[in-house]
Amino acid sequence: MLRVEDVSLSFGGATVLNRVSFDVAPHEIFAIIGPNGAGKTSMLNCISAFYRPQQGRILFEGHDLVKTSTHQIARLGIARTFQNIALYTGLTTLENLMAARHIHIKESALASALYWGPAQREEIQHRRVVEEIMDFLEIAHIRKAVVGALPYGLRKRVELGRALALEPKLLLLDEPMAGMNIEEKEDMARFILDVHERRGVTIILIEHDMGLVMDISHRVLVLDFGSKIAEGSPDEVRNNPAVIRAYLGQT
Amino acid sequence: MAVLRPAGDFDRSYAQDMLLLRQPWQRWAMALIVLGVALIPLSGNAYLITTVNRIMYSIVAVQGLNVLTGMTGQISLGQAAFMLVGGYIVALTAQHWGMPIFVTLPLAAVGTGVVGLIFGLPSLRVKGFYLAMATLAAQFIIPWLSRHIYPEYLGGSSGRIAVPSPVIFGVTFNQVAQVFYISLTVLVITTILLVNIRRTKLGRSFIAVRDNDLAAEVLGVNPFGVKLRAFFVAAMLAGLAGGLKAISQRSVGTELAYGLNESILLLGMLVIGGLGHNLGPFLGVATIIFLEDLANLTGATMASLFPAHATNLLTSFRPLFFGLVLMLFLIFEPRGLAHRWEILKATWRMRPFSR
Ligand SMILES: Nc1ncnc2c1ncn2[C@@H]1O[C@H](COP(=O)(O)OP(=O)(O)OP(=O)(O)O)[C@@H](O)[C@H]1O
Ligand SMILES: [Mg+2]
Repeated sequence: MLRVEDVSLSFGGATVLNRVSFDVAPHEIFAIIGPNGAGKTSMLNCISAFYRPQQGRILFEGHDLVKTSTHQIARLGIARTFQNIALYTGLTTLENLMAARHIHIKESALASALYWGPAQREEIQHRRVVEEIMDFLEIAHIRKAVVGALPYGLRKRVELGRALALEPKLLLLDEPMAGMNIEEKEDMARFILDVHERRGVTIILIEHDMGLVMDISHRVLVLDFGSKIAEGSPDEVRNNPAVIRAYLGQT
Repeated sequence: MAVLRPAGDFDRSYAQDMLLLRQPWQRWAMALIVLGVALIPLSGNAYLITTVNRIMYSIVAVQGLNVLTGMTGQISLGQAAFMLVGGYIVALTAQHWGMPIFVTLPLAAVGTGVVGLIFGLPSLRVKGFYLAMATLAAQFIIPWLSRHIYPEYLGGSSGRIAVPSPVIFGVTFNQVAQVFYISLTVLVITTILLVNIRRTKLGRSFIAVRDNDLAAEVLGVNPFGVKLRAFFVAAMLAGLAGGLKAISQRSVGTELAYGLNESILLLGMLVIGGLGHNLGPFLGVATIIFLEDLANLTGATMASLFPAHATNLLTSFRPLFFGLVLMLFLIFEPRGLAHRWEILKATWRMRPFSR
């Protein structure tokens, strides 16, 4: 489904990714782990066409993402969340999710301004989709709350909801459970597994909590200083000496 | 806060939940307000009629800024120059082609929209301060052009041309009390359109770009396209406002307050009213124009008391006053009067539990 081929990225001489390659199969939960600054977020940024690698290709269902403009990524079926939550703080939960329906809503600017028959019906139809997602993530009670004022855990959940509202085929999650307490983490893990199961979404996940990663992911990629040092099932990776040295050994 | 509603106010469908005026009394109140304003010209009070008319077309201009700056987060210092474009379009199309107002005003909107689009192009590359500088260019280029090109049409260095009074169904609208109704009609229409924009796709994409343009882009919004739409809508509204101003003053030109001062004043009105809030332009413009008149009056009184400083007092009181009000707002209520209004509403809904 996604093929990353020999990707290298650097910023003014500092190499952030060094010839990284991997494949993600459909319906997989694929984890990227590594110490701080290993280049995990940069990898996701490359996949979401936010950073442009100097070398290599990133193929998603035949499209080279390196050559795709950023705002086209969503139309290909890729959605993501951000390490430091990037919600539309001035909009409500409902509006944040509706904003992510942007690519699915066909109404013209003029229809939007007049809000006559078809435009209104379309808004309602998308509202249904969004309400279903809010129900599923248990955030329906805050649908009319402005997200800027919500507590951290809820904002993380709204951000997942916004990504889901795009109805993606591939979902990129950058530390969806960072900074949460155990209970919130378990909720989030359950949502991620549910999304995967019910919607058949392929997921690439960055996470620092090793226990969690080993529990929910099918395959794991380990980055260290921008290079891939291991890739395989959670068990293989756990017992890989290079990983123990570079990653587990440090913590 | 906005989550809370009075007991007994439930929704049975999404369509119902999406209604803006939820209860019959709200619809009646709205109608009453419009009716009340429509009765003002009958009072015969020239000051009131002129001032409310000025407030109405200024609101339209500030509504435009609200789309661009309040909703989309792009600072513009060119709104007054765009008003000048609208004024000229209305004047010239009526003068030379004898077009009726039903044509000249929409033409002013679209024509000015296109001009706004051109000055919005730098938003592809620059943001914030640098974009403000780019829109400042409009504020210098447009008035300069109006003084230096086609003097036989644009008035040249005299800085003004006459605007023919519109004729609607055989009636010549040459009194402010009549033009008043044109302004009111335009304001009602723009307000309805803007309320609709705010609650649908276009409005959400404006705010998405303002709040997080990078996230918006990753989620499928083309920020440049959205910004250009905002520039277009903002300039359209400036064009309408400029057309109304020209018709009200029966002349248009650089002489008649279309300068940088005016652009900044409009921006200040928006800040005081509340950036990004549909009520902002109404509250900000009305407050500032009435307060300004108060300041003028005070200035005049002071001038008669201290004749030695009369000219100083007369010319500097108004800007000093505006500066002071703006500063107080930025310090004490940076979210503007509309935010106060929201707090008041929330308090009312939660009675008797609110203090
Ligand atoms: N836009 C940028 N400009 C310059 N350097 C960057 C940029 N983005 C990332 N880097 C650098 O790339 C390296 C990898 O950063 P990245 O955010 O990808 O790490 P990470 O694995 O996500 O770390 P963490 O676990 O802390 O989130 C860091 O040294 C960072 O400073
Ligand atoms: Mg990171």
